[in-house]
Amino acid sequence: MSENSVTRRDILRTLAIGAVSGSVLQVIPAKAAEYAHHVVHNEKAASPAGKYVPKYFSSHQYEMLTTLCDIIIPKDEKSGGAVEAGAPEFIDLLTSENEEYQLALGGGLQWLDSLCSDRYSNVFLDCTPEQRKEVLDLIAFRKNAKQDLTLSQGVAFFAFLRRLTCDGFYTSKIGIADLQYIGNTALREFPGCPPLPEA
Amino acid sequence: MSQVIRSPKMYDVCVIGSGAGGGTAAKVLTEGGLNVVLLEAGPPVTPEKDFKMLMWPYELPHRGAGVGGHAGENFGEFLAPNGAWNIEGEPYTSASGSNFQWFRSRIVGGRTNHWGRIALRFAPIDFKSATRDGLGDDWPITYDDLAPYYDKVESYIGVFGTRENVSSAPDGMFLPPPKPRCTDLIVKKACDKIGIICIPSRLAILTRSVNGRLPCHYCGQCGRGCVTASNFSSSQVMIPPAMKTGKLTMVTGAMAREVLLGKDGKAEGVSYIDKATRTEKRVNARAVVLAASACESARLLLNSKSSQFPNGLANSSGTVGRYLTDSVGSDGWGIIPQLEKMPPHNHDGVGGMHMYIPWWKFDRKNDFPRGYHIEFGGGREMPGIGEFNDLLHEEEGYGASVKKRARQVYGTGIGMAGRGEMIPNPDTYCEIDPIVVDKWGIPVLRFHFKWSEYEIRQAKDMQETFRAIIEAAGGEYKTKTPISGQRPFGIAEGGKIIHEVGTARMGADPKSAVLNGYCQAHDVKNVFVMDGAPLVTNPDKNPTLTIMALAWRASEYLLDEAKKGNL
Repeated sequence: MSENSVTRRDILRTLAIGAVSGSVLQVIPAKAAEYAHHVVHNEKAASPAGKYVPKYFSSHQYEMLTTLCDIIIPKDEKSGGAVEAGAPEFIDLLTSENEEYQLALGGGLQWLDSLCSDRYSNVFLDCTPEQRKEVLDLIAFRKNAKQDLTLSQGVAFFAFLRRLTCDGFYTSKIGIADLQYIGNTALREFPGCPPLPEA
Repeated sequence: MSQVIRSPKMYDVCVIGSGAGGGTAAKVLTEGGLNVVLLEAGPPVTPEKDFKMLMWPYELPHRGAGVGGHAGENFGEFLAPNGAWNIEGEPYTSASGSNFQWFRSRIVGGRTNHWGRIALRFAPIDFKSATRDGLGDDWPITYDDLAPYYDKVESYIGVFGTRENVSSAPDGMFLPPPKPRCTDLIVKKACDKIGIICIPSRLAILTRSVNGRLPCHYCGQCGRGCVTASNFSSSQVMIPPAMKTGKLTMVTGAMAREVLLGKDGKAEGVSYIDKATRTEKRVNARAVVLAASACESARLLLNSKSSQFPNGLANSSGTVGRYLTDSVGSDGWGIIPQLEKMPPHNHDGVGGMHMYIPWWKFDRKNDFPRGYHIEFGGGREMPGIGEFNDLLHEEEGYGASVKKRARQVYGTGIGMAGRGEMIPNPDTYCEIDPIVVDKWGIPVLRFHFKWSEYEIRQAKDMQETFRAIIEAAGGEYKTKTPISGQRPFGIAEGGKIIHEVGTARMGADPKSAVLNGYCQAHDVKNVFVMDGAPLVTNPDKNPTLTIMALAWRASEYLLDEAKKGNL
């Protein structure tokens, strides 16, 4: 444990002891919170850098997963995309711990490669951007599975991956900033609602 | 059993469970001078280590989804420990045709570490249910008996609210409420339009300092547990003063197995499994307070068999485990386009609703008995797992459009939850499963559960009301519920609202009730039950505040009886 985490614990303990023993506190919770954020951030920065080693997916499948995450939530003029937000790592971690996810995603990626091989004699990653778009446009919409039953597994896979990609993105720092969420901080008073715009 | 380790020490009282009821009992009894041993089935809680206050999702590797994405089953990874519907090695069963879900929390403070902090008084009429409509039974006590204890509890734990003079929702000793959020203003305006009462809520969260506890810092995360104890939990507000008296002995990891009956017909102690060593131990006490949660206490009584009580301790009436109810619950949500235009702002507030809708149709004839209240929330909350599941279902595709739509709809949803009164019925109860034991060798509960037409009609009314409010606010109601099947009108499965009560109810007649009006067993004078089990009815007020008021009153009575030598 670093010195920092001891300090963090101490500052939080001070708060807790103050709370139950009735002492007048010199430190306000906002400061403690700010400090805690700082420490977590520093601990992360201190962890060994380098390329992420997937916990569940093969390197081929992980590359596919990363490509798909990037296509589902790309970078735009306002914010970075799902890959920058760490969605592939998040999905890999959950999948390594859940057999249902392993079937749905591991199997789903295999299914996608098979579809691409049938149609274009290439696995997904070796397809042209136009070919990739063509298959994704097939499995990104439920109505396509109604017309062509052979697509239904792919549609289910894509919907699941899309959900997880959104979860990964919108729980990240950049995803939360993208929504302009303001909060998770300690305030002395709650300001209430700013003037409501006309309905 | 030769390996039973007997503690020679004699305590005045053994309290089983450290939640709302047990914590209150421990405080009142130790401050009254009694030596108390408190058995808690879980570990101690260490707020600064165990609570995830002010953490961001990205500070956790699982982002709030939990290992394998499973935390969603238990309200997410941020929830204060250790509540769960399923505990490894500690099962329960449902009888064929029933599906009851039992949420338990094995840790000091129990479910009060993460509860919703909704602290509503029962109304005078809630104690006179049979007189009112012929259903169920009246309580052996009245609102006036309990009111001084509501005062004591509220003053001590800190509850915000406003005096409103609504007959279904009595006023209490309130701290000032927090300012309304935007969602509150919109719902309030819609309610005014269609004649529904909407008032500041009553939550056990400090808006001013009380007894040295810091006021709320408005991070909106009470369910995670509060490091500054600015909301109420038994572990941080009831247990510390009891500890301070020097008269409380806390035993954690102690799974109570049986209340032991002496030759004189009185309880003489409790035998428990020490989870760490898997050995059976025993404590001796002059009185026993069961506060393990309504169903866990019923289980203990039913498992405490003797020649005098072959059907379980204090169960000559045969009603232990009977009269089980949960709240009627049905939820819904809608989108409010007006909220799309709101500038980004801090919407967190306290960890719960700032306003709510108390039961408002008490002045007219309805097609179901009793009533319900409505909790609501939404708006610009901290984004989390599943944030856009509904949007993604509605709008397919991929790419830049997903982000654009997410920005547009974020913070525009308002969710509503109806919480209403269930009438006890003969098909709803718990009993000991004849076959299954838990990993500690203790026979487990088997649940029987059935909603009647009363509750289903109430859920229907909830759905209609949610829609009416959302539409009056210019919004689009999104929830669709079936009119039949397993969950007609979205009615939650039994147990899901986590308001299970009634399994050792109080009553004047020992033939039909387990306890007297002081939560004291009719059959065994030194046995008390101080959790949700004594409740005769389960009105739409959420039980925790009443559990504490009853426990406070019963504990004062116990102190008095102990002084008189009557136990």
